[in-house]
Amino acid sequence: MPYGPHTPADRARMLATIGVDSVDALFADIPESLRAGRLELPGPEPELSLAARLQALAGRNRVDLASFLGAGVYRHYTPAAVDQILLRGEWYTAYTPYQPEISQGTLQSIYEYESLMAELVAMDVVSASHYDGAAATAEAALMTCRATRRERVLVSRAVHRHYRETTTTYFLGGGLAVEEIPLIATGPDAGTTDLGALERMLADQDRPVAGVVAGQPNFLGLLEPMAEIGRLAHAAGALFVAVVEPVSLAVLAPPGAYGADIAAGEGQPLGIAPQYGGPYLGILASTDALVRQIPGRLVGMTTDLDGQRAFVMTMRAREQDIRREKAASNICTNQALLALAASVYLTTIGPHGLKDVAALGAARAAELETALAAAGAPRLHPGPYLNEFVVRVPDAPAVHRRLLDRGILAGLVLAEAEPDDPSLADGLLVCATEVTTEDEIARFATELADARTPGQVAS
Amino acid sequence: MSVTGKRLQSTIFEKSSPGRGGGKIPHAPADALARIPAAARRQSPPALPEMNEPEVVRHYVNLSQLNYAVDTGFYPLGSCTMKWNPKLNEWAARLPGFANLHPLAPDAVAQGTLQLLWELEAALAEISGMRAVTLQPAAGAQGELTGILMIRAYHRERGDLDRTEVLVPDSSHGTNPATATMAGFTTVTVPSAADGGVDLDAFTAALGPRTAAVMITNPSTLGLFEARIGELLDLVHGAGALAYMDGANLNAILGRFKPGQAGFDVMHFNVHKTFSTPHGGGGPGAGPVGVGTSLLPYLPAPRVLREADDTFRLERPGERPSSIGRMRSFVGNTGVLVRAYAYIRAHGGSGLREVSDDAVLAANYLRVRLAGTFDEPYGDRACKHEFVASASSIKKATGVRTLDIAKRLIDYGYHPPTIYFPLIVDEGMLIEPTETETIETLDAFADALIAIAAEARSNPQLVLDAPHDAPVRRLDEATAARHPDLRWRPMAGADTPCPD
Repeated sequence: MPYGPHTPADRARMLATIGVDSVDALFADIPESLRAGRLELPGPEPELSLAARLQALAGRNRVDLASFLGAGVYRHYTPAAVDQILLRGEWYTAYTPYQPEISQGTLQSIYEYESLMAELVAMDVVSASHYDGAAATAEAALMTCRATRRERVLVSRAVHRHYRETTTTYFLGGGLAVEEIPLIATGPDAGTTDLGALERMLADQDRPVAGVVAGQPNFLGLLEPMAEIGRLAHAAGALFVAVVEPVSLAVLAPPGAYGADIAAGEGQPLGIAPQYGGPYLGILASTDALVRQIPGRLVGMTTDLDGQRAFVMTMRAREQDIRREKAASNICTNQALLALAASVYLTTIGPHGLKDVAALGAARAAELETALAAAGAPRLHPGPYLNEFVVRVPDAPAVHRRLLDRGILAGLVLAEAEPDDPSLADGLLVCATEVTTEDEIARFATELADARTPGQVAS
Repeated sequence: MSVTGKRLQSTIFEKSSPGRGGGKIPHAPADALARIPAAARRQSPPALPEMNEPEVVRHYVNLSQLNYAVDTGFYPLGSCTMKWNPKLNEWAARLPGFANLHPLAPDAVAQGTLQLLWELEAALAEISGMRAVTLQPAAGAQGELTGILMIRAYHRERGDLDRTEVLVPDSSHGTNPATATMAGFTTVTVPSAADGGVDLDAFTAALGPRTAAVMITNPSTLGLFEARIGELLDLVHGAGALAYMDGANLNAILGRFKPGQAGFDVMHFNVHKTFSTPHGGGGPGAGPVGVGTSLLPYLPAPRVLREADDTFRLERPGERPSSIGRMRSFVGNTGVLVRAYAYIRAHGGSGLREVSDDAVLAANYLRVRLAGTFDEPYGDRACKHEFVASASSIKKATGVRTLDIAKRLIDYGYHPPTIYFPLIVDEGMLIEPTETETIETLDAFADALIAIAAEARSNPQLVLDAPHDAPVRRLDEATAARHPDLRWRPMAGADTPCPD
């Protein structure tokens, strides 16, 4: 066994102490008829050849593309210090800090994470972390039902499809309803949440609404009238959930400023690699009024017997190991190490650095918009955006494939990602961040102009 | 700082000084945000700390040294399987081809990861005896929710709408009943038999036309194999219900017992337990779920598929309408799954069986070494990968509780075992040594516990006041809960000019 410690002599001594002849005797309580045969798996592999196998598998992925793909996961520069810290065994090989006397490192880091994120979203309470943006959004929607004792949640169609689908799954069991708020189809506000439709949905007296969920920026990259959505929600006695992207909060109004009761979001942009889907960081924040509804671990500041400042998991009566079937959620394992990554990232780049990340992304995106429009791919929606937007490209799936052959990942094909929205059939969702280069933008525009008219391409 | 002087750290907010830091990100053009409407802009900047890199690194290194960790010592935390986290796996997960791959990248450029995931699904199916596996759930608890929602879909599709109850033994993890509630079921808690096993009579009485599922942890949270599991599964299926296996204790039975083969319909794996992925101070994990034929149609979407030409692809949106849907964004905690794959490959089929053999050997060795010092609530029966010892007699004789013994272990240099779980054992401590500890480590730990038991009689105050040698003493948890201080407040916004 690769990491095993025992010499034959050790094993013999242990068996003798126990008083059995063989390890098999320790499994005698498994009924014979239920004992497994040998595992039909490949044999053990020494580290040398296993390393080569893993390297070869990783090498089969193509990560050398000029990428304009975002759609909920964003490429950013991560300062080298972040991974150096994360690689310390004292962080990543520790368990949940149930023994606070020997877990002050993890506990203080979570308190600092809660504080950093509370600053970003301008709210009072932040959970120690959830699985990802989708699960955090689903938990936020469930919170609104518990807090209002209502059973209907309205989610803007411009919230990430995966978040909407996850919320629907989380609502399956509780007899709760998720309904989608349509988007404005045309005009200056096209692609944003239809406030008129929202107002009509909220007006149904027989089916009062627990919560309204909208994203800023929304999935299509557009800026939503968050204050107005919140005002409509509150007027109907509903709570307002803002789904946010944390880097944008360096420059965009935070949920606390426009009256959100809960903020949920994906923390991946804060120093966490894309790694094909996770592990990421679910951000979940609320006002003080909802603190007893928030699911997941919370760390608070307190003192020890000597009066020294110290940190501890607190308000544990919300959690599954104490409350069992009456818990606020079943969540146990969370994403603590990713919360640490986000904290080290934010502390290393600081407030000015974060603002530069957001503003540089916006600047690069504006350059991208200009270049793509000149290449014959104008924006699909006229409204303001931060660093992500949809361009119109006839036959977008085929063009996307041709660009991939030329080393360009031309964003997300909306005909495939959102097949049930015909208005997006020609759309490519593209983004830029501070790591997007002028050269990549120029290549994208040149190749796009070429790929749009494949019949004339000589290459 | 780390080996001398004050060990506790002030917060990053106290260490901040406006004007420090910078040098990481180029400055954006002054007009970069001019096109963003004023109403959507942030008015006052977030009060994030301003520190230079050396201070940031020292802060987090010094904080890390306040943690106990597998890399620093023995971690016999029952039910958590704090085994060795191989270093190769950290290296592998960081390979640029794995780490930099976008989750929405077209299948054609993601073949390496898709192949790895497909092979991992196949390996977990073989290990569990299940028909198919989804890797999507982010953690064990989410895997439980996935499994119970699939069971819900199964009954509903058959028109069996009256099945509203989920049965769990009283020794179960808290996540079991909490999951049942989230999935819309009522939990029925079934008491354990005197020997710690499932009480077949109690289950027979509780099972019926309202039972949707029974959730069983096997080996149980007492570390005991449910020898009557075959009979129980027959009862469950006879009542028209399905059987869920909580895979938290899979580390005891690799290559010895396949839940799917035995008749379980669905189970979750905790890869951060059985398959060595690091616990990360509370996460991340991954909670793959295996299913038998009955639940196959309901697996979450998207699944990883292998095509006839041996390429791999993800299911497309809406491709399999019978699916319960999505549990989270994207495919799963792939970075965690890369580590689990490496672990399974390193061991192979024979090595995985040795893992369980050695985990069980170590647990029984400690159990025997501690017998006579601590109570054995379930006699001298062989345990699996963990066992419960009780300080019930010590408490009666000395007033020293399990909690105090746990805190005193800290002074001896050990992370305490899990205490007061499962709840059905008086003054219980659940000890799980895992398979990677040397006999010298196991002996030293046993000696420490035996010494503490002697201290409880000779000098109880020493134990009651422990720990004496930790960075902090016992905490005021009551005040923390009554007057929660959940975030740092006093900083002003970072409104000073950028330093560089």
